[in-house]
Amino acid sequence: MATSDRAVDPTVPEPAAEPDALATDLGLTSQEYQRIVATCGRTPSTAELGTYSVMWSEHCSYKTSKIHLRRLPSRGPQVLVGPGENAGVVDVGDGLAVAFKIESHNHPSFVEPIQGAATGVGGIIRDILTMGARPIALLDPLRFGEPGDPVTTRVASGVVRGIGRYGNAIGVPTVGGEVDVDPCYAGNPLVNVLCVGVVARDGIQYAKAERVGDVAVLIGQRTGRDGIGGASVLASATFDDNADDEAGQAKRPNVQVGDPFAGKLLIEACLELYARQLVSGIQDMGAAGIACSTAEMASAAGLGMRVDLDRVPLREPSMESWEILCSESQERMLALVQPDRLDDVLAVCRRWGVDATPIGEVTDGDRLVFTRGGAVVHDAPAASIADEGPTYDRPREPWVHPHAHEHPDADEPAPVDPIADWLALLDHPRAADPTPIAEQYDSAVGSSTIAGPGGDAAVLRLPGADGTPGVTLRGVAVATDGNGRRCSLDPAEGARQVVAEAARNVACTGARPLAATNNLNFGDPTRPPVMDAFATAVDGLGQACEALDTPITGGNVSFYNATGGTDIHPTPVVGVLGTLADVTAAVPAAFQRVGDAIVLLGASTRPGLAGSLWLWHVRGRLAGRLPAIDLAAEVALQRLLGDLADERLLASAHDVADGGLAVALAESALRGHRGAEVTPEPDLAAHQWLFSEAPTRVVASVAPDDLAAVEAAAAAAGVPLTHLGAVTEAQQVRVAGVGALDLAAARQRWRSGTARLLDGP
Amino acid sequence: MSRRVGVVQFPGSCDERDALHALALVGAEPELLWHAEAELRGVDAVVVPGGFTYGDYLRAGALARFAPIMGAVAQFAAEGGPVLGICNGFQVLCEARLLPGALTENVTLRFVHRAVDVRVEATNPWSAGLVPGATLTVPIKHGEGRYVHPDPQGLADAGQVWLRYADDNPNGSVADIAGVTNAAGNVAGLMPHPEHAVDPLLGGTDGRGLLAAAAPAPAAH
Repeated sequence: MATSDRAVDPTVPEPAAEPDALATDLGLTSQEYQRIVATCGRTPSTAELGTYSVMWSEHCSYKTSKIHLRRLPSRGPQVLVGPGENAGVVDVGDGLAVAFKIESHNHPSFVEPIQGAATGVGGIIRDILTMGARPIALLDPLRFGEPGDPVTTRVASGVVRGIGRYGNAIGVPTVGGEVDVDPCYAGNPLVNVLCVGVVARDGIQYAKAERVGDVAVLIGQRTGRDGIGGASVLASATFDDNADDEAGQAKRPNVQVGDPFAGKLLIEACLELYARQLVSGIQDMGAAGIACSTAEMASAAGLGMRVDLDRVPLREPSMESWEILCSESQERMLALVQPDRLDDVLAVCRRWGVDATPIGEVTDGDRLVFTRGGAVVHDAPAASIADEGPTYDRPREPWVHPHAHEHPDADEPAPVDPIADWLALLDHPRAADPTPIAEQYDSAVGSSTIAGPGGDAAVLRLPGADGTPGVTLRGVAVATDGNGRRCSLDPAEGARQVVAEAARNVACTGARPLAATNNLNFGDPTRPPVMDAFATAVDGLGQACEALDTPITGGNVSFYNATGGTDIHPTPVVGVLGTLADVTAAVPAAFQRVGDAIVLLGASTRPGLAGSLWLWHVRGRLAGRLPAIDLAAEVALQRLLGDLADERLLASAHDVADGGLAVALAESALRGHRGAEVTPEPDLAAHQWLFSEAPTRVVASVAPDDLAAVEAAAAAAGVPLTHLGAVTEAQQVRVAGVGALDLAAARQRWRSGTARLLDGP
Repeated sequence: MSRRVGVVQFPGSCDERDALHALALVGAEPELLWHAEAELRGVDAVVVPGGFTYGDYLRAGALARFAPIMGAVAQFAAEGGPVLGICNGFQVLCEARLLPGALTENVTLRFVHRAVDVRVEATNPWSAGLVPGATLTVPIKHGEGRYVHPDPQGLADAGQVWLRYADDNPNGSVADIAGVTNAAGNVAGLMPHPEHAVDPLLGGTDGRGLLAAAAPAPAAH
């Protein structure tokens, strides 16, 4: 606070008391601190140290990942906005564009599952909103510990409740996602959230200042003490203590608290501001709040900004300047407005019941200046905060999984009762019916959800940019995928297959994969093998995205997913977005009609138990070398799926993934309430045919009259087609020479897996 | 002749666009009515849509009943105008005492979204074309849908129970009640979402039968 009797110059920020100690507490290294001193040319103030520490944190600055992320493909004619903005935007035709991005809220969700997950949803929704887009769908890839563990029960049920509580109340449908469990996530769950939004191609907004004199307007909730240090303290460090509540309790104040009602009003107010072209730039306030949004918008334009912190509406008047700057209070946006439009902006916000307060203005020069009580508390170059933070090329040592060299295809004994194993796989949460989770989400609001949770990919009929449903037949399909166990055996190959599977999921619906977003969940990057796994996974992602022509338009990196010294599996999660010219041609995953032929499209089945769900869940073994993916064959398969869907030649199509053909056939049968009779491919052990997870395969069903056309199209595309059998009335999946899976028994197991995860044993 | 149907938009409403879309599909001319206005602009029928109102942090519908437009809705209802409350709209109409009973937290204490079968028990302007006993498949999605009333039998005897869950009671509602009307029958509420069952692409068309008061009036000869 400035006082009249203060001896120091009120235009120069007062130096922090004990700046070295404060810098260390805030997570800055001594080199980073020295760099700040050099940039400021004096001892930094408390507010400045707060700003730099959050903005230079791993979470905000990508200082460890940046040099690797540059290798990812991010361009293409379909990309309207690539990495660097709040979300990627792709052109989907008819004058419409789609914004989409995935983010994580892993650490907060362990500390406080309901609020952690809820604010994760709110945060990514505001990223999409910032691009000018109306949020139209959410997907949630989740990773928890094994069912039955009391901590996991609390975390899993809380996360699902939090996602539902926020997503349902804000009126954005939750249409998909996926779940996996593994002991490595018991003390460090993963909560990733992908949001999709629609915007007119010429209505995209940018987080950039445009002209000197524009007014900075803070829109939304009051600023409070919640979430201070969320980015720096919580998301950029590991949990030291063991997987329990003690570590969590201490960090609970770092978790933000979400208010979906305020979020909903903010959406509607912002969309009206955009429609009436009242703002010249806008940025959401997530990590690092006011500090981040002002620094980024000023830096992007090469301008400065001056903000009077006395004008920021506070929940607690006693807040210090640095707390105001670094607060991560939710449901806030910073808009830049021409002075002659300010009254209109304030009127729109008032109509929606949203607080809007002018707090500063865009200035000439490059300084980011904050004042409090008439005195300058912060004066530093915006670019030095937003864009000139340190980058690190951290040391690497090869990531070697201790069992990756083994040969389970050769030495793992065949099962005595493969049907029993088949049943066991169906109640693993990875393969189980997700209904107990999906039922807690509103997947229908918006009247655009053609295929919601449970299919290969969610399919949405695009609403108009104003949210009106049913205005076009054009649609999008979105899927997420990630497989930590396979990536742990081989981060590069695993990552290639994750991209391929997410794209294949989209292609199974008949959509053409268009672009991708990724959330890279890894352990402690200061451990050289973790860094190596990260770098090689990035290479794998890049290769697959290049081959599939799905540039990565944005995403997020989450490091320090480690508790008590144990890192999670390398878990890159990929979301792929595809387009459908006509949603009435979308292909379901369920068998449709008795008598349809069942075929395997793509590679014929080869041995592939390494990293398979069967080897892990039934045999308790994670081992082997992954069967390599042929990306050219994958591209051919995915194109063929789109072509066949366009011609309406497929009754169903379902990706073969976790649990192999066994789980794929069972899911198509269970979802369609139909049976199947199939004959395994020759020259393969029965359990390999059932449980191999060799990539690039899809189980499709085809009306007998269409079979010749499908065969001809596959032959012309050079995609192998194998006849497996037919869809039957009998409620079983009968495999010649092996036995039959009774669908009533299978349904019971399939339904129980997810419920056990949420409710405990 | 098509009917003008007003859809009330409160702060935090979520399914108002869905209602507009569905009403247009059944042949109405729908329009939004703003919560802060005290008049209905001469519409022929009113829909209080689903979703949330004011975040529903206190109790679903508890704040919305005080909105200026609710006075006009009550007046319209008293004059016999057809009013339909869907999900949160049902909760609002109960809180406003335009419908009997109350809606409380689901017996599972969890939000639930799934398709359920409901049986038509009585007809009113909104179910005019349906025969009692008919079963419809319509989605529910709510956290506070457990209907409570001290005398469900009396309510049924008065012909005010118009919908019951056919076999799967998803929320613990008394006597499987999924929808009730006022004594006159012109004000109806239901937890299922008919506006989400009007398009074969989005899961069936059974909901159209529950929007009869919005369908075009028969042409006069």
